[in-house]
Amino acid sequence: MSQDSQEVKPKANAARPPSFWRRFGMQFGIWSVGIVMWLAFVISAPSSFTHPEIYLAFAATTPIFALMAIPLTLVVITGEIDLSFPSIMALSTCAFAKTVSGGAPIFVGVLAAVAMGLACGFINGYLVTAFNIPSLVITIGTQFLFLGLELAWTNGSGADLTDPKFNLIDKLLVGRTFFGIANQFWWTIFATGVLWLVLNRSKFGSHVFLTGDNKISAQLMGVNVNRVKRWSFALVGVFSALAGMIGSFEVSYFWPTMGGGLLLNSIAAVFLGGTSVFGGTGTVTGTFVGAFIIGAINAGIVAAGINAFYTQVFFGLVIIASVILQAIISRRVKK
Amino acid sequence: MNSQQPVIQLKNVSKTFGEVRSLSDVNLEIFPGEIVGLLGDNGAGKSTLVKTIMGFHKPDDGGEIWFKGEKITDWSVAKARSLGIETIYQERALCEQQPIWRNMYMGREIVNRFGMLNVKAMKAEATRLMSEHMGFTSVAVHPDNPVQTMSGGEKQGVAITRALHFEAELVILDEPTVGLSLSETKKTLDFVQNIKKSGRSAIFIDHNIFHIYPAVDRMIVLDRGKVAGMYKKSEITMDELIESMYRVARTGNLKEQN
Ligand SMILES: Nc1ncnc2c1ncn2[C@@H]1O[C@H](COP(=O)(O)OP(=O)(O)OP(=O)(O)O)[C@@H](O)[C@H]1O
Ligand SMILES: [Mg+2]
Repeated sequence: MSQDSQEVKPKANAARPPSFWRRFGMQFGIWSVGIVMWLAFVISAPSSFTHPEIYLAFAATTPIFALMAIPLTLVVITGEIDLSFPSIMALSTCAFAKTVSGGAPIFVGVLAAVAMGLACGFINGYLVTAFNIPSLVITIGTQFLFLGLELAWTNGSGADLTDPKFNLIDKLLVGRTFFGIANQFWWTIFATGVLWLVLNRSKFGSHVFLTGDNKISAQLMGVNVNRVKRWSFALVGVFSALAGMIGSFEVSYFWPTMGGGLLLNSIAAVFLGGTSVFGGTGTVTGTFVGAFIIGAINAGIVAAGINAFYTQVFFGLVIIASVILQAIISRRVKK
Repeated sequence: MNSQQPVIQLKNVSKTFGEVRSLSDVNLEIFPGEIVGLLGDNGAGKSTLVKTIMGFHKPDDGGEIWFKGEKITDWSVAKARSLGIETIYQERALCEQQPIWRNMYMGREIVNRFGMLNVKAMKAEATRLMSEHMGFTSVAVHPDNPVQTMSGGEKQGVAITRALHFEAELVILDEPTVGLSLSETKKTLDFVQNIKKSGRSAIFIDHNIFHIYPAVDRMIVLDRGKVAGMYKKSEITMDELIESMYRVARTGNLKEQN
């Protein structure tokens, strides 16, 4: 964007902040994509998109993958990727179901799920950092490992979650408190706020950026890049446990194969949200918006009467387009 | 503490990368208030020595690092910096997509009492330091600008300012003047003098003997990973030094006969 003409011309030698475009260009792009997409849906399926039902529906379904996409943003900023979180989601929810069906109180079950998520995340982080294996490869391995463990543990059978003892946690996680909007939507906003603080206002967050930007520089200046990566993976693990419980309570049943379709949704949300595929830059707010755009595509395609198989086509196009856009923008910034 | 107690002391430090022995049995000490020049050919091991002092490289078994009379066992960059050693690395160690303020405080971020980053203070300090210390005032030198938009010398200014403003007891400068303009070079050389005036120490690496010789108290010559010689400035003139540097490069010996 060119210099605004009304702006006072800076003295030849005065430090100037980065231009509006450079600062917010990426966010601007994401929001524009979202709005254009929404307008397209309103025009093609006005009956659905002018009534609140469809918005209430995707406020209930989108959080399940958004909750994992938000911490995944941190992993991607460090220059890594995690493909195993849907399996962590299943395995940690299984830990919840097994603990509770064994007679333990609900909160013990929740702790078991979170601990399982944390442990799985650390295993990913440990394998990536200790052996210097590309995370793309090692998390394909742990994806099968975690899911396999869960299936063996449950023997492939699920668990019913309609018992009255679940009333409180059910209300808390997936109740409809304000305006009939699902609580998981508020939880997602809360998670975005917390992780925004972690990323932008904590030492750890600063080190996430530095690690992904230039690992050697960060190490030369005393940043423990391996610890940063391990904790980033651990965060994805913990949030996968939460997403798993929310997803299960939303349908009042623990499906052993849950999480199957969520991998691409979360990853698409991160890249659509403007987080760099090369590491070093990214925002959790971008991921949040990206997740709801992906959610809207899901809902919109069905509502617009398009064959649901086309969702895949849309996702593919969205991911490719956003990644190409990033490459173009980052090349322009460097020049 | 008397001045005989070295700030930092290396005992039998070697560093091997696979087949390459970059340092062998280096013994040296740096005293308080002393500026030591480190000389040697390309590939002599100067930067490796710097990174070993900083804890980035772990010395081979048997090598010891002592800080103010204490043997350090769990050496790391974070520990070295917290004890008061700062370095301007030859490769500058910047994260170019990040804003200037984040680079300036990389690894030593300012936090408030709740452990949260004080971004405002870091930005204000970064601006002040860049303009007052280095006199950089160009458009790119705004604390929010990513380092990649700055000129080469300005990037270096970030690395130099970063190393100086923490008031470290020992400042290591690995070829700080390469690529700097005449006036920035002079400023950098002045910084080295200020380090000495305030009673702190420095290790100064530069291929330009006209920069090194006037600035330092003592010189250490490295050759193929070994300490080939040490001179007090009073023991050698600049011409003799240049002569012996050529001789080292040719023969591996500092003095004519041995
Ligand atoms: N990480 C590493 N892995 C393998 N070899 C290395 C590594 N770092 C340095 N070396 C080798 O160690 C030797 C010394 O390198 P070093 O960078 O210390 O030289 P230098 O004295 O700083 O040279 P210059 O004046 O060119 O900067 C070189 O032969 C180099 O190839
Ligand atoms: Mg060097």
